[in-house]
Amino acid sequence: MSRLIGVINLDHELDQLKELTYFRCGAAVPFASRYRLIDFTLSNMMHAGVYDIALFVRRKYRSLLDHLGEGRPWDLDRRRGGLFILPPDWNDPTDGSRGDLQHVHNNLDFFHRSAGQVIVHAGTQHVNKVDIEDVYRYHREKNADVTLVYKVIEQLEAEHAPCVRLEIAEDGRVTGIHQEQDHHNIYLEMFVIDKSLYLDQVKHCIAHQDNHFFRDAIQKNPSGLRIFAYPYEGYHAVINSIESYYKNSMRLLDQQQYQALFQDQPVHTKIKYEAPTRFTHSAEVEHSLVANGCMIGGKVENSILFRGVRIEAGAWVSNSIIMQKCTIRKGAIVQNVILDKDVELSPERTLIGDIRAPYVIAKNSVI
Amino acid sequence: MRKKEVVAMLLAGGQGKRLKGLTRTLAKPAVFFGGTYRIIDFPLSNCAHSGIDTVGVLTQYEPLVLHSYIGVGSDWDLDRLDGGVFVLPPHEKENGNNWYRGTADAIYRNLHFLDQYDPEHVLILSGDHIYKMDYSRMLDYHKKKGADCTISVINVTIQEAKRFGILNTDDDLKIYDFEEKPEQPKSTLASMGIYLFKWEVLRRYLLESASDSESSHDFGKDIIPMLLQHGRSLYAYPFAGYWKDVGTIQSLWEANMDLLAQDPPLDLNDPFWRIYTRSPNQPAQYITQRAILKNSIVNEGCMVDGEVRHSVLFYGVEVGGGSIITESVIMPNVKIGRNVRIHRAIVNENMIIDDNMVIGSENSPNEIILFDQECELHARI
Repeated sequence: MSRLIGVINLDHELDQLKELTYFRCGAAVPFASRYRLIDFTLSNMMHAGVYDIALFVRRKYRSLLDHLGEGRPWDLDRRRGGLFILPPDWNDPTDGSRGDLQHVHNNLDFFHRSAGQVIVHAGTQHVNKVDIEDVYRYHREKNADVTLVYKVIEQLEAEHAPCVRLEIAEDGRVTGIHQEQDHHNIYLEMFVIDKSLYLDQVKHCIAHQDNHFFRDAIQKNPSGLRIFAYPYEGYHAVINSIESYYKNSMRLLDQQQYQALFQDQPVHTKIKYEAPTRFTHSAEVEHSLVANGCMIGGKVENSILFRGVRIEAGAWVSNSIIMQKCTIRKGAIVQNVILDKDVELSPERTLIGDIRAPYVIAKNSVI
Repeated sequence: MRKKEVVAMLLAGGQGKRLKGLTRTLAKPAVFFGGTYRIIDFPLSNCAHSGIDTVGVLTQYEPLVLHSYIGVGSDWDLDRLDGGVFVLPPHEKENGNNWYRGTADAIYRNLHFLDQYDPEHVLILSGDHIYKMDYSRMLDYHKKKGADCTISVINVTIQEAKRFGILNTDDDLKIYDFEEKPEQPKSTLASMGIYLFKWEVLRRYLLESASDSESSHDFGKDIIPMLLQHGRSLYAYPFAGYWKDVGTIQSLWEANMDLLAQDPPLDLNDPFWRIYTRSPNQPAQYITQRAILKNSIVNEGCMVDGEVRHSVLFYGVEVGGGSIITESVIMPNVKIGRNVRIHRAIVNENMIIDDNMVIGSENSPNEIILFDQECELHARI
């Protein structure tokens, strides 16, 4: 469906994952053993045939650029369209735009040149498998101006607190957008809107000194626009804190959650040419997710290992997330810990975090 | 087109009959190896790492998988503007059409491909060997010796020597004699089937061999002996690393098992010599609470609930609870039910193995079982 233009807006995604976002933006945080958060959004767009994608970045995007390259893993290395990474570059003194509207204003060419007439707008904090084609179909059926994607969360948890909620009438029309904590209709920060309306709204917002497209053009305007809500029922996780990152990572060890995230269609990511993982005679691994290129001689339980991790014989890793190329030397004990990339844990060292507040070790540390 | 110093020609047309069911619909170079690779990944990755950016891949038998697998060569960094990878199937000409009649004939029929690059040297490779080799070192050696042809050799035992082309050399490694599978080997220097020729010399002999109706158009049987006979300078290039011809079920199984040695002779984790392959793009492997994994290689996309010992699991393999896999190679996307026993077997890709099935046993002779559609048919009757 080449009618769709993708906009991935990282402008107001805060870097809230402590050590994990000291040197990278949230979208580039590694997740689920071999992916980065942005892979899920890009894969959803890819599966819906969205081949024209603008990516608004503002801060700490070096590792994101490295990960995305020219977009080949998501089939975005296109003659026409493809992936447009649009860093901030505003030196126009006459430009009065502010906030995330600056991105749109300064990249109007992208929208004008694209053949697509409909925009699907998304972030990366809500990991999901939304069928964007189906959202688009719903958008057309309802003859909506804007269609917001939401999920009914039965069990509200801490990470849902900052999320926006939707008040929805029986016909699916959105009657209110707010942040009342006891509401269960969590907005997934994903919407579909016609390009012409989007650009009109952008122009209007800039003229009125607004700075936040969703809040100022949509949230404040529920009566002026036909806003509908698309109910999504599949896998969903909000990653907006270390606690939610850890909890939702660990949830993938539940086979149903794992399958909900991976079964129907593949999630694509940057290709690495790692050999398959090697388990030695002394390996004892249970209830874990393991990526390729690992060398495991120790004990691993309830853990997630990223690519190229080495766990020497006699080491013991439990309830932990070990990112790319970490080395756990013999006799070391790791419990309830998140090790960022390239961490080396010396022999016989012990690192024990709390199950509700895991210990996070920054990239490249030697402990 | 820019003149190239060296162009590689990779012979990938072989059927590989001795691999039985594994090559029923697949050319030998496309056969799986090592949990994620195909055999052809090795020579292609070697070319990429050796700085050889122009590679012709000669196909013939069941080429579809091979062609689509290679694609534009981007996985091996061979999608170059000037050069790159070229799949060269046999083709019809003005004066008729013909299949490749032998290894030398396959090169002869692609003279026009080589001529357009006008290379100094041509490297002939085959698509059925597992090894890591820096061809640029062989090229340096070849140039230093001023050789017309350099043949890469490996030292084998005198018993093994009977299976190979054996080279007899003087102290300077100059070759004076070549015997194909000799009864009484005079040396243990076995040809690895890797030849580096001066293109100008090879070109002349290819033309000569092509017009000879007696010739079998083979490098080992015709071209090399002819060069020796004419007193050309041929040198042996000794190679010391791991090298395995995986032409049979037994040797393919052995090569997979070699990866499970304490210190594997073939290091697949060398960050400076990655073996490139087309990514199957699968999620991380899922290991359940009761799974047991010992001395094994397991790829992404696997779901292991049973016991896996001394085995190689390719991507997308499922091992049900209570199943025990030992000393086996399980090809991609095999689904193994519950309480299955597999011992010393290669299970072909996409097979579904029902609950309680037994394939091979500790009491059976040491022969490696290939479990594929045909076996399954027998088992059901």
